[in-house]
Amino acid sequence: MVQLTLPKNSKIRTGKTWPKPDGAKRLKKFLIYRFNPDDGENPRVDTYFVDLDSCGPMVLDALIKIKNEIDPTLTFRRSCREGICGSCAMNIDGQNHLACIYGIDEVRGDVKIYPLPHMPVVKDLVPDLTHFYAQHASIKPWLETKSSVPEKEWKQSIEDRKKLDGLYECVMCASCSTSCPSYWWNSDRYLGPATLLHAYRWIIDSRDEATGERLDDLEDPFKVYRCHTIMNCAQTCPKGLNPAKAIAEIKKMHVARTL
Amino acid sequence: MRYMTDRKRATGLGSARSGVQHFWEQRVSAIALVVLAPLFIFPLAYNMGDSYEAVHAAYAHPVNATIAVAFFVTAFLHFFQGLQVVIEDYVHGRWEIVLIITTRLLSALFALIGVFAILKIAFTG
Repeated sequence: MVQLTLPKNSKIRTGKTWPKPDGAKRLKKFLIYRFNPDDGENPRVDTYFVDLDSCGPMVLDALIKIKNEIDPTLTFRRSCREGICGSCAMNIDGQNHLACIYGIDEVRGDVKIYPLPHMPVVKDLVPDLTHFYAQHASIKPWLETKSSVPEKEWKQSIEDRKKLDGLYECVMCASCSTSCPSYWWNSDRYLGPATLLHAYRWIIDSRDEATGERLDDLEDPFKVYRCHTIMNCAQTCPKGLNPAKAIAEIKKMHVARTL
Repeated sequence: MRYMTDRKRATGLGSARSGVQHFWEQRVSAIALVVLAPLFIFPLAYNMGDSYEAVHAAYAHPVNATIAVAFFVTAFLHFFQGLQVVIEDYVHGRWEIVLIITTRLLSALFALIGVFAILKIAFTG
């Protein structure tokens, strides 16, 4: 049964307000979710003040500045700082973004930062994505072929390669899946927008020879058909992709092979 | 927490190899209802303010009666299929099965009542 309230030990409390930096003129207030599995305490929201005159433009810059200069215990994932690794996905100002390519000036008022919604939290802004990755692996995200391997490469026309545009750019940051209510309620069985976008990417790859098997494996009331075209995935995708359209295309192919 | 690999948990019971039929029927019945619902209401709207007998006679007309029967069957099929999805979304375990069976039987009952009422009007005048 769907759980509409947070369990007692997950209720968020007001945390510490850290001191303002001295002599700062342009202060921005950051409210950041904190959770430490080791102290047995409930999660809390800490308040930090960042001097924008000595901080980079992106939300990730502010997080790194807070970690370096104010509170070294603040925990988050980051790596490439240019929106290609997908590590720093988090809920900023009520929507999932990659912190590295989301500007502080895009947030009106205080910057509220939470981990990706509805995932188990490892620590602070770090969600546990184990199941998400296992679901991705389950759709066999690689080229499946049966014909004998050609001497050189598997050939693909320019037109067929173009069909992969808008799909191959996905960096698996999990912003879309964790913004999807269907994924919140049924992520144990529903594959979620990110995994389904990848599934579609391999289904329409002209070189892949397992199209039928792939469609078979997806033809399930839960794996695909929990998608109710809510479109949060397309709304939130930091790379501007449209997983909802990919899912709709899968459904259309399912129908096409029955008619 | 059970000792289970992540992959095993993600695969679950595998694909049910169904769901397309349900999806497709819902779209078809939705299109049918776009046409059937206004046509079903029309005799009532047309005779608005008229006597009971006039409305009664309107629904006794073979064309209107056929539309009404088609409407009841399609509407309650669509109703059940829609509600089944909502139940599957939000309710799991034993209650899911109880609710789906109940909804299915009640939808069939309501459709039968509607069809019976129209047939009674059409055939007994």
